[in-house]
Amino acid sequence: MKWGVVAFPGSCDERDAAYAVGSVIGDDVAMLWHGDADTKGVDAIILPGGFSYGDYLRCGAMARFSPVMRAVAEHAKSGGPVFGICNGFQILCEAGLLPGALVRNRSLRFICQNVGVRVESTDTAFTAACEKGEVLSIPVKHGEGCFVASEGELERLEREGRIVFRYADGAPNGSLCDIAGVSNEAGNVVGLMPHPEHAVDPLLGSDDAVVLFRSVHAWLTKTKLRRQA
Amino acid sequence: MTAAPAMRQVDESLAIEHGLSPDEYRDILGHLGRVPTFEELGVFSVMWSEHCSYKSSRMHLRRLPQSGKAVLQGPGENAGAVDIGGGMAAVFKIESHNHPSYIEPYQGAATGVGGILRDVFTMGARPVANMNSLRFGSPDHEKTPFLLRGVVAGIGGYGNSVGVATVGGEVSFDAGYNGNILVNAFTLGIVRADRIFRAVASGTGNPVLYVGSKTGRDGIHGASLLASSEFKEESEQMRPTVQVGDPFTESLLIEACLEVLEGDDVVAIQDMGAAGLTSSSVEMASRGEVGIRLDLDRIPLREADLTPYEMLLSESQERMLLVVHKGAEERVTKIFTKWGLDCVVAGTITETGRFEAAFHGKMLVSIPAAALTDAAPKYDRPMAAPSAKLPALKLEEIPEPSDLGAELAEMLASPNLSSRRWVYEQYDSYVGANTIVHPGGDAGVVRVRETGGALALTCDCNSRYVSLDPYVGTQHAVAEAARNLYVTGARPLALSDCLNFGSPEKPHVMWQFSRAIDGMADACHAYEIPVISGNVSFYNDTQGASIPPTPTVAMVGLIADARRTASIAFPDGEAEILLLGSGEPVLEGSEYLAFRHGKTGDRPPAVDLAAERRLGELCAGLIAAGVVTSAHDVADGGLAIAISEMCLASGVGSLISLEFSGRADVALFGESGTRILVAVPAGRVTEVESRARANRVSTVRLGTTGGDTIRIRDLKADRMLVEARLETLRSRWEETLPAISHADAPEPARASAGG
Repeated sequence: MKWGVVAFPGSCDERDAAYAVGSVIGDDVAMLWHGDADTKGVDAIILPGGFSYGDYLRCGAMARFSPVMRAVAEHAKSGGPVFGICNGFQILCEAGLLPGALVRNRSLRFICQNVGVRVESTDTAFTAACEKGEVLSIPVKHGEGCFVASEGELERLEREGRIVFRYADGAPNGSLCDIAGVSNEAGNVVGLMPHPEHAVDPLLGSDDAVVLFRSVHAWLTKTKLRRQA
Repeated sequence: MTAAPAMRQVDESLAIEHGLSPDEYRDILGHLGRVPTFEELGVFSVMWSEHCSYKSSRMHLRRLPQSGKAVLQGPGENAGAVDIGGGMAAVFKIESHNHPSYIEPYQGAATGVGGILRDVFTMGARPVANMNSLRFGSPDHEKTPFLLRGVVAGIGGYGNSVGVATVGGEVSFDAGYNGNILVNAFTLGIVRADRIFRAVASGTGNPVLYVGSKTGRDGIHGASLLASSEFKEESEQMRPTVQVGDPFTESLLIEACLEVLEGDDVVAIQDMGAAGLTSSSVEMASRGEVGIRLDLDRIPLREADLTPYEMLLSESQERMLLVVHKGAEERVTKIFTKWGLDCVVAGTITETGRFEAAFHGKMLVSIPAAALTDAAPKYDRPMAAPSAKLPALKLEEIPEPSDLGAELAEMLASPNLSSRRWVYEQYDSYVGANTIVHPGGDAGVVRVRETGGALALTCDCNSRYVSLDPYVGTQHAVAEAARNLYVTGARPLALSDCLNFGSPEKPHVMWQFSRAIDGMADACHAYEIPVISGNVSFYNDTQGASIPPTPTVAMVGLIADARRTASIAFPDGEAEILLLGSGEPVLEGSEYLAFRHGKTGDRPPAVDLAAERRLGELCAGLIAAGVVTSAHDVADGGLAIAISEMCLASGVGSLISLEFSGRADVALFGESGTRILVAVPAGRVTEVESRARANRVSTVRLGTTGGDTIRIRDLKADRMLVEARLETLRSRWEETLPAISHADAPEPARASAGG
């Protein structure tokens, strides 16, 4: 399969994401430029971490208007997997492709540490190969990772099984209900605040997150079969 | 004092206002054969400032070893470079940003990071790791919390946004820095050895390109007046001379420059750091023995009414100057435009050897480039050793603690020995996907994908040792840095120095400086490593008081196989703890003596560089052979602190037994060089011991790992001296820095947030 990794000006982790799905998983990777409304026929898209356009306004508020995001929204609408990591998660919320918002950490400080992330739902493109309840060791690094949503939205997310990831030992950033990641209704669009691209190599501390990228293979096969049926 | 002198008739008094001496002004008249224009006076004042000219340090710096078989680029360029095998090179440098960080901690520290990053990527290297060395005043000084929060947030705000991992550093507190903190920033980059770029202009008629942010009024006279004079009360009013950082533009500049440098269009490239447009033009021209003519009408401006004087002296950030081959302008401009950056032809290389600048058709500046660089003043400043001797330590006057367990807890909670987690968790240490050893240990370790190896990096200086004896203290700084590399499995390659001292016009400061240089030179010879880059920061004085002399050593070492490294954490299974090396702990200069008893003694611990090197080589060899995966040097706080740090890093306890010949507090908290702790699987202890014997390194079996307590037993008396639960000690160890940072003080500028 072929991944597309979007590079916004100010993205930091786009090369690391490409390394994870390319060198570690062994899939094909295309870099997608923010100024091109073209997804180059990729099967799945990663919106990487970083500080798109400097994040001088609200995180992700500028990036959602870039031409590539029109193509990303089209891709998502047709059921294509989209993984928003950290800044990518913020962009998906700003673009209305995911519910809720990410605001400043309760400590008001940037935080970089390794955390336990519990998989709460396996009905998404990025957790299809996981076991429900398994805890993955993945680092967080963000200044605005506190997930918030209205009570009604939270209730709905819980009811529909769209809280995909929770911090296993309490949220380091103050996220409501310890939420680390959520999905859209169809499960093809997932946002995750921790950085799975930094947990794919035991030499660098953890390879727990390899399963998240591998999940897309299973998901795509399943959806293809479903379409054929 | 205002930010910049106002325009008026040039005379000696205006020169003095610019920080020049009457003698220097006479020299300027001699070089030009006429009275300088207002703009020329500004140019001379920044280029002849201590910060840019190294006029007081140049004759001393020559004594440092600067060459070696691995050196690809020594001092004198934007950064130094060493060969790391496999056709790759490591490019690195450390630099100070002390005064700006004291006046405006967030922006001062942020732009310090930005400046050192530019020094490295202008060499064509992709920055892969940052470090920083920070010194604050006393924890209970009223400004310390504000400065600590602001500096740490600024370093994180810039480094995180630019996307370069911060993998190590040091933070310490001493009342000697109350009015003048130190912020030293380091960047390491990786580049193909045959693709290193330099800042040597050539080729008459080649265009000079201005790239990056627009020029504004920030930072004017940052180099000459802020960095090259003592701090006074009114220095606070120099806040406008502090530059403002834009990490977003920097990240675009990195990508765009590296893309341009992939081609063969660039002749020379330099960032506009201190003294901005002026120094970058003059230095590139001078190195290439050519002239350079700038057309100031073409400089992109933030405000339309900037004067030529301001354009020449602005230190606006995120700007670069490139000399490209004639005809390549369009190709190069296209790349910068793609990244949304300004790129204009702002000048030409000439054969006159002069630095010229024209505005509105009038030549305002015409100075021989060499007069601004090689012919800048050089001073052999008077030196004087301190006349009064410090009183020797009388051990019997130091009360022996009755409860060593309680003493250990107090020491772990001290400002200088407590956990630095509150600091380094504000830095992204993951970005780049290369970090093998994260902050919190002895050195950061990053892999080099191209070679399968790794690089270890550390910065160190015990300024209390240097205060007591600048020669021995600086040798300790080099030895500790080397030890910190060896314990990760690395062998030292080269170092970069950041020499932070008081006013060079004070004879005792010059004496400290000169002795420190001698100590560093001799230590470098002992390890056979060169100094490949660095920075001198004089005038770290406030209200007449100089800071403790602080020659920070940033050292980089090579690990042949990235899979063979060690960290300070104890391994999971039970292991034996061995002490390698024969360092004799003493209380003189120790953290214990200073923190618990308010004394320093009259000398630092002795140093034995030959023994240090044998010990280090043994340790790196054991790690490379896969025998040792857990090692830690014994430094500040002594043996008990080093053991505790290994326990706290792993969550694994320990039991050690000691045979005391003297006082227990000296054995547990006394300091020395030449000591490393290792944890070894039980079956391999004799192997370690025989390898140590072969290397003439002594070993002592101290005890074993395991459990959830730290226990220290007096072997002869058969008595437990320390028995403390690890988690109890952890909470003491981790409470201190958050407490210091949260103290009541005004908030620094908002940290950059985002992902």
